[in-house]
Amino acid sequence: MSTVGAAAPEIAPVAVTAAAQQAIETPFRRVAREFASSKVALLGLAVLVTIVLLALLAPLIAPQNPYDLMQLDIMDGRLPPGSESMSGMTFWLGTDDQGRDMLSGILYGLRISLGVGVVSALVAALLGASLGLVAAYVGGRVESVIMRIVDLQLSFPSILVALMILAFLGKGVINVVLALIIVEWAVYARTARGTALVERRKEYIEAAECLAIPRRRILFRHLLPNCLPPLIVIATVQVARAIALEATLSFLGLGVPVTEPSLGLLIANGYQYMLSGKFWISFYPGIALLVTIVAINLVGDQLRDVLNPRSR
Amino acid sequence: MTGWLFRRVLQSLFVVLAMTVIVFVGVNVIGNPVDILIAPDADQIERERVIAALGLDKPLWEQYFAFLSAALHGDFGNSFVFSEPALQVILQRMPATLELAMAALLLAVVIGIPLGLYAGLRPNAWSAKAIMAGSILGFSLPTFWVGLLFIMIFSVQLGWLPSSGRGATRELFGLQWSFLTADGLAHLVLPALNLALFKISLVMRLVRASVREVLPQEYIKFARAKGLTETRVILVHVLKNIMIPVVTVIGLEFGSTIAFSVVTESIFAWPGMGKLIIDSINVLDRPMIVAYLILIVFLFVTINLIVDFLYTVLDPRVRLDQEG
Repeated sequence: MSTVGAAAPEIAPVAVTAAAQQAIETPFRRVAREFASSKVALLGLAVLVTIVLLALLAPLIAPQNPYDLMQLDIMDGRLPPGSESMSGMTFWLGTDDQGRDMLSGILYGLRISLGVGVVSALVAALLGASLGLVAAYVGGRVESVIMRIVDLQLSFPSILVALMILAFLGKGVINVVLALIIVEWAVYARTARGTALVERRKEYIEAAECLAIPRRRILFRHLLPNCLPPLIVIATVQVARAIALEATLSFLGLGVPVTEPSLGLLIANGYQYMLSGKFWISFYPGIALLVTIVAINLVGDQLRDVLNPRSR
Repeated sequence: MTGWLFRRVLQSLFVVLAMTVIVFVGVNVIGNPVDILIAPDADQIERERVIAALGLDKPLWEQYFAFLSAALHGDFGNSFVFSEPALQVILQRMPATLELAMAALLLAVVIGIPLGLYAGLRPNAWSAKAIMAGSILGFSLPTFWVGLLFIMIFSVQLGWLPSSGRGATRELFGLQWSFLTADGLAHLVLPALNLALFKISLVMRLVRASVREVLPQEYIKFARAKGLTETRVILVHVLKNIMIPVVTVIGLEFGSTIAFSVVTESIFAWPGMGKLIIDSINVLDRPMIVAYLILIVFLFVTINLIVDFLYTVLDPRVRLDQEG
């Protein structure tokens, strides 16, 4: 909220003329109103909120704790959706080879997938945006070194960079997050620099410089808030990309360990049973992954339209 | 132009060199080669003997130069699994990957350009909107899951196409190719389509955007005013002008297609170098990992260089920019 509010110097005049007759509209309200103008985006947001809630509340709502071995019965292994367990519980989405309820497995898997995606995107945003801002504001040799590294890294596909890092580090949740941060930071750095180059020529920065405000303060209190809208859009899309990449890496056996299965690993576990027609072990986690990614992308697309001053 | 080319080649060499340092440091400093190379039950004397034999007791920079000079001779050591030179094992698998990547790019061009052209010419038709919505799916669907769906539908349920391997191959130019036999071609369809899905969406959107940009131009109006048929206007005047970005993107995508074949090859058990590297990482076959990474970096830098060069040759505006 405060982030959008800080973008006021630029947006306020437009908002005032648009709503001149009525009460003055805050930038946040304007964004919310314009966001709501697309039914599809609202649906995406609703789905996304539901998914996040499901993931957060997984221990409370999941029919069983899929990693508590006491609750598992190997006799329930590979049951099709809708079948009943030995103890009378119904497996709505079937079970995997260990006799785990797939619905519970997916709810717990969502926690890991979302957690890895959000944490890596946030840390990468912080790191990349700072470096991009510094590059734009300081310029000179610092800028050319940072941007050379960004260009170099972006010339390689993300999966290759992630593969390389995980080949060095080995698998593990922390290592995957680390790999995703290294893959993603360059995108933020490039966006932040591009925006900051435009912003820093504006009068308010000049004014701040005339007032002899310390450079660091100008950078983070004046420049950063005004560069936020495009960064927010990028961050949304990057979370989806991070989740997809993590799932891919885990599917290949390079990502999260078996003890902390994300959706990608659940899909990988069911892969061997696919050929014998037991599709549900892979299929339903895949649907969960797909719905999550599409929902985030829908929200991101609409945010891009709403936050981009040129498209208004 | 020569000066530019020289600078660009020099830059590329520097990138490759920097990557050898990163790979070397990554494998030798972050991962500990001693733990991988020496059996866990070896005693202290045995450990020290192997460390000395492998040169791991020397200073790091000395090890690096030994590694670099061996690498320049194509020597990355023997694969632990295959007991053959690592580079040789990879190069043997390369034709399979190249075949898959080229088939995928061909599909992207053959399917993507006509669909993009159609969507660009009739932006308001519901069919064009459906095509664009489909392309969003192509971007969002994770490749590996689509691959699994393909297997589920076309191999398991319908039984139309095989789900793994290369099928029968036939020799051409001393290499084995799948597309020359009916069986091999059947094996190629699903993996190639899977790998192509993302590229089809990309090419389609690019072509659509370029067409929207070219259509309102004066020279298109002029061509129509001259009374040329619509077919000729589209096939010659429009298509010719959208080709520069399309060719560039397809060229650049070749590298990423090879990188992403890692996923497709693993699903369809396609015996290329992508599946090889995943297997190698899983069993910590260090020489294979190093050889693959260096080779693919080299490949990428070369592709980028060639695309940059072609771009300059194709588009006079870029050429003038660099000279001026």
